[in-house]
Amino acid sequence: MYYLKLVLRNALRHKLRTGLTVLGIFVAILAFGLLRTVVESWFAGAENASTTRLVTRNAISLVFPLPITYGERIRRVEGVIGVSHANWFGGVYVSEKNFFPQFAVDAATYLPLYPEYRIPPEQMKAFLLDRKGCVVGRKLALQYGFKVGDLVPLRGTIFPGTWQFVVKAIYDGADAKTDTSQFFFHWDYLNETLKKTVPRRANSVGVYIVGLDQASHAPSVSAAVDQMFRNSLAETLTETEKAFQLGFVAMTEAIVVAIQIVSFLVIFIIMAVMANTMAMTARERLAEYATMKALGFGPGRLMTLIFGESLAIALAGAAAGICATYPVADWFAAKLGTLFPVFGVSPHTVIMQVGAALLVGMVAALFPGVRAARLRIVDGLRNIG
Amino acid sequence: MPGAPIVQIRHLFKSYRRGGQVVPVLHDLSFDIAQGEFLALMGPSGSGKSTLLNLIAGIDKPDSGELRIDEEEISRLSESELADWRSANIGFIFQFYNLMPVLNAFENVELPLLLTGLGKRDRRERVELALEMVSLTDRAAHYPSELSGGQQQRVAIARAIITDPLLIVADEPTGDLDRVSAGDILGLLERLNSEMGKTVVMVTHDQRAAERAHLVKQLEKGELAQSTMPRATA
Repeated sequence: MYYLKLVLRNALRHKLRTGLTVLGIFVAILAFGLLRTVVESWFAGAENASTTRLVTRNAISLVFPLPITYGERIRRVEGVIGVSHANWFGGVYVSEKNFFPQFAVDAATYLPLYPEYRIPPEQMKAFLLDRKGCVVGRKLALQYGFKVGDLVPLRGTIFPGTWQFVVKAIYDGADAKTDTSQFFFHWDYLNETLKKTVPRRANSVGVYIVGLDQASHAPSVSAAVDQMFRNSLAETLTETEKAFQLGFVAMTEAIVVAIQIVSFLVIFIIMAVMANTMAMTARERLAEYATMKALGFGPGRLMTLIFGESLAIALAGAAAGICATYPVADWFAAKLGTLFPVFGVSPHTVIMQVGAALLVGMVAALFPGVRAARLRIVDGLRNIG
Repeated sequence: MPGAPIVQIRHLFKSYRRGGQVVPVLHDLSFDIAQGEFLALMGPSGSGKSTLLNLIAGIDKPDSGELRIDEEEISRLSESELADWRSANIGFIFQFYNLMPVLNAFENVELPLLLTGLGKRDRRERVELALEMVSLTDRAAHYPSELSGGQQQRVAIARAIITDPLLIVADEPTGDLDRVSAGDILGLLERLNSEMGKTVVMVTHDQRAAERAHLVKQLEKGELAQSTMPRATA
């Protein structure tokens, strides 16, 4: 208790200096937490991917479609319990800045493969009965104010024309990690329109979603599917949903790496600031350390006091920074809209923030701690008067 | 009355390195300090009196020679052994008091007791007694910045005696005080010596302070020049 009192009183000795240092750590830990949250959000799709779903796409590139006839053949592969298909639509709602993912899906087979999307039965029924109906996620509905019955026009970019949809259902996520920023409509509506407007693009799908009976069958099913279409006009590449998502992340890897580097740089900078503060503090107290040593306090006890003070300052700033991360992340998520389907501070991020604060506190105390431990009493006592 | 030797110094040498040069400070010093003695070390600046005090207090080590305190050859102790030895045997009084500014008078006096393993209640009793001895009971909650120089030095004296040490070393204890406060402090040191039987070794420039000691040893260029007994000659 006595030592704790001494540590805290020493920490508060120069209130302005300590206050500014705590403020610096607060900002650094907050920035670090937000940047880590951005990085984690980048990987959220891959991290939350199901292990019992595979994605089959054209082996050349995702932009090349696959024939609709592949579906039935994939369904016959051992270990497959369901197959569905989807097309990326890429429409624009009012203006380009209103980005959200839109998929034309075979609703009857697609949605059962995604049990994490929770749709009220009556809304599901209404959606299945309306060819121009669509399902929107809760986050998307909140952002644009979509309600059941609303008309949503999308201007096609990949599939030209203006497309009208009626919101028939709003889905919620099974948990906070579920992406509820998506827009689904009937693939049949897209296909029938294409038959009339661009017949050569009809009867093709962007990807097949393959449901597995168990995750361990993923390698064998992937190999079997791709083997089945080898040497065909449209060879396939089948991969786990996670690998498929990571493929998208890889396209923007340089940005993620840059954000990661900046997040660690922020910690490094505050570490230097904090180390300077502690070095200054220790330099001013050499006479006190010498006096304590003269009284019989060993190097270990002095180091404990210095490390304690450094950690107290670092953790005070970190506690405030961590507490502020949540509301700031919420505000950030609201501003970002559906750019990140899932944007929330994870326990892992908080652990990293605490770890960074501990590291800053320890490293900052290292030099002054060692200096105090090695201080010759007679040299320290000369610093008086 | 002084008794058997408590400090035995034999052929003590000490030098410092300054700018690559070896500067001798103490040269072949030999003498004893008796138990219960009140010794004043005097001499011009650079004569080695503070260095000698530091060696006796165990905060510096000699180059060669023997330095026995209560039969313990302290020059052979390791740093950690010396720290333990100091906490048990030496009470320090510094010229500038050297109190911890963030601790109040009570807590400053309590500081050395943290190394003793005493419980909180025992520590409190001892600190209250020590503060009473230096007539500062009513100032226990005051911080050093709220005390006069004389009061701060009295807190430092209470801190020096709190562990009931064998030896009290005082480096210019009145050097930063006015005459009245200096008189109070010297009176306290006399009481510690006469009433509690503490051995006191004091470095001073002040002739009046030295006159309160039983024995005055003059150092010049690292050697003992002369010894006088002020009270005997008074």
